Amino acid sequence: MNNKKTLCLYFQVHQPVRLRKYHFFDIGKSHDYFDDFANRTIIRKIAERCYLPANRVMLELIRKYGKNFKISFSISGLALEQLQQYAPEVIASFRELAKTGSVEFLAETYSHSLASLADEKEFAWQVKQQAALIKTLFGYTPVTFRNTELIYSDRIGEMVARMGYTAMLTEGAKHILGWKSPNYVYTNALNPKLKLLLKNFRLSDDIAFRFSDRSWKEWPLTAGKYASWLANTAKDEEVINLFMNYETFGEHQRVESGILAFLANLPEHVFAQTDFEFLTPREVVAKHQPVAPLNVPFPISWSDEERDLTAWQGNELQTEAFRELYATRENVKKSNDPELVNDYNKLQASDHFYYMSTKHFSDGAGNRIFNPYESPYEAFINYMNVLSDFIVRVGEKTEKPVQEKKSGKTAPAKNAKPKAVVAKPVKEKPLKEKPVKEKPRKKAGKTAKK
Amino acid sequence: MNTKVLMFGWEFPPHIAGGLGTACLGLTRGLAKQDVEVLFVMPKASGDEDQSAVKIINASDVEALYHTTDIEEYWKKIRFMEIGSNLIPYMDPEHFEREVSANRKNGRKEERIGFRNKYTFSGKYGANLMEEVARYAIVAGTIARQYDFDVIHAHDWLTYAAGIAAKRATGKPLVIHVHATEFDRSGENVNSFVYDLERQGMLEADRVITVSNLTRNIVINRYGIDPAKVFTVHNAVDFQSYSEMEVERGIKEKVVTFLGRITFQKGPEYFIEAANLVLKAYPNVRFVMAGSGDLMNRSIRRVAKLGIASRFHFTGFLRGQDVQKMFAHSDVYVMPSVSEPFGISPLEAMRSGVPTIISKQSGVAEVLKHAIKVDFWDVYALADAIYGLLKYPALHQMAGRCGLDEVNTLKWENAACQLKDIYKGVTGK
Repeated sequence: MNNKKTLCLYFQVHQPVRLRKYHFFDIGKSHDYFDDFANRTIIRKIAERCYLPANRVMLELIRKYGKNFKISFSISGLALEQLQQYAPEVIASFRELAKTGSVEFLAETYSHSLASLADEKEFAWQVKQQAALIKTLFGYTPVTFRNTELIYSDRIGEMVARMGYTAMLTEGAKHILGWKSPNYVYTNALNPKLKLLLKNFRLSDDIAFRFSDRSWKEWPLTAGKYASWLANTAKDEEVINLFMNYETFGEHQRVESGILAFLANLPEHVFAQTDFEFLTPREVVAKHQPVAPLNVPFPISWSDEERDLTAWQGNELQTEAFRELYATRENVKKSNDPELVNDYNKLQASDHFYYMSTKHFSDGAGNRIFNPYESPYEAFINYMNVLSDFIVRVGEKTEKPVQEKKSGKTAPAKNAKPKAVVAKPVKEKPLKEKPVKEKPRKKAGKTAKK
Repeated sequence: MNTKVLMFGWEFPPHIAGGLGTACLGLTRGLAKQDVEVLFVMPKASGDEDQSAVKIINASDVEALYHTTDIEEYWKKIRFMEIGSNLIPYMDPEHFEREVSANRKNGRKEERIGFRNKYTFSGKYGANLMEEVARYAIVAGTIARQYDFDVIHAHDWLTYAAGIAAKRATGKPLVIHVHATEFDRSGENVNSFVYDLERQGMLEADRVITVSNLTRNIVINRYGIDPAKVFTVHNAVDFQSYSEMEVERGIKEKVVTFLGRITFQKGPEYFIEAANLVLKAYPNVRFVMAGSGDLMNRSIRRVAKLGIASRFHFTGFLRGQDVQKMFAHSDVYVMPSVSEPFGISPLEAMRSGVPTIISKQSGVAEVLKHAIKVDFWDVYALADAIYGLLKYPALHQMAGRCGLDEVNTLKWENAACQLKDIYKGVTGK
């Protein structure tokens, strides 16, 4: 073991499957939820602007420096699905990276979902799905875990440890760390077997958010300058974790800003000016001893200044949609219908909730993430219309087996017909409001009193 | 030294008022708080003016044409002046003609219903609207010469001529305030006389204030005005005098409301088509179209033809308390305007805690975050929004609560503050 400090690069690759404009009169009639055209366009665009050129740079660097340059990715199942469909050459280039042995792939939820906040069974199931897909595509079995948007709490960490992962990435949130430094390895407060790597948000965001900002006093940021910052970090600090969206390279920071050249030149300057070496998360926890347990009683994330969950669960629209989504889980599993499960995966993407956030009204964050909606209200209405239809379908599927049991076991072929008959009245359900359900109307003027 | 403003405005308490009057009131009150002194001049046709007052219009006779009053103790900084005149906001030349001739023929006073108010129309002034505008301007010029002020401020086209006259008489800078343009009122069928007068006002003005960026663009693009002198000052809303209301609701179903003049500008047909779509999937609702206007009969026919008349109701023109009562009865308020320079009524709905849907083609859309915005022509999007608000309680609750909070932050003081800066720009004070 050497005395070198560690630089750990990790990139998040995720794209949700965006919903099409789904009108309420489609409920019960159309089960086609997704905007294939937009999804394809966006995937193609990002593939060409970012994934392909950035992967090329990474591959060249690995070829040039051999085992001395290492990186890690977590790629959501939904992103992989869409890349396979719309940009298979990106999968091929990731595969090539995988073959070098200098790349670690991390486990995460299949849908880049918020399942860790809702249901442990769903959470575990999603992680298993994603890890399996990584194994199939890249022949790699993940050992490190990265939750959606670096969401983490003591309890989530405990669940992750139960799944057998030994290391997890999260945010080096100031309000959690206090005087402590993110540049060490920590452990979960409930289960010390799970090691934690914390994002150094200042150095990460210098690249991810500020790189092309001309009003930033450090602009233009060169690899040499950045390496000098690394060289100036406190002597006894052990590991600098640079975690960011992969779209940083070419999408959020445009190619014209020089971001790819920065990336291509960074290792050279790091090797020349500093005593850092590049390691992947699994190597980091093998090399560095944890310094202390980290208490995170309430979930944190890497989002916004607050580093909390308010971007996804900050208003009642979000909590309501979230509640409805996970209330239907049991039945989706019971239905055992691959199509439903597939749609359920896509509906779980955390992005749908992010679109409903009212806290980003002013900062234009929406544009950065290809937000298809103009307002959170629109996002909620569209999502709920889709979810309403989905719930109807789940209802149809789950009611059927009960009837089958009662009427004795029959051949599946025979079942086809009665199923359609049964389905009909149920189908109509969401369309007709039962008057009984309506509470007696109170004065609407009341609200004005407050 | 305080800035003194000669303002040509519209309507004041107790004769309150449509959108324009409310705006004038709010602005003036806001300005008073900013230590700006206002000499407020407005037309008033109460119908009992001395007949002789109208005969000769020249400088010497002007004294007889107006009188000054102090309205409230509170308004120390504002002096009021009323000029006998038939000018009424939202008036167009054809309409004026009709009113005048009807008045002459019948020889009796006609009560005319304006935006939300009764006007007594008297046929004693100019024979047509343009003549009346000119006559008003002459009086304005005379007043301007007799008082001391720093800047002239004229609201909407009927008073632009007065503003110009005052400017010419005194050389003081002129600010005109565009609350609506001829394009908003008439679509593409503009009255060229009105257009010319509007344009002349804008050209002669030192600053043009628009109530939204939407209107600002119209002023720049369709009137060819130098963008450097056109400023947007969004309207606000003042609920101080708002009384709270408890209403016993007799209707079990949810209520979706359209409230406004039933005219081309307000987009009533889109409301009807959206209602038809919603009713197919959500029968437990009633739609109400409150107001009157030249498209009313056509709207009723369309509703009948769609076969939704048992769920779609017309109230006719609502005034005073009934308006607020209507809001109190509503679960969703819709303003699908084709072109709306600003649009104050969604703010009133939100003040009553009613979730609101507005068209993107309205100025108020520029300031509201917690109203759902749709293109006026997109009846599917409108139907989706209505359905969503009816169907999903979380959405209804949040839109209502946040809307109320939001509307309470729109203050005339802010608008007045911006206005004061604009005055400063032309007076150098």
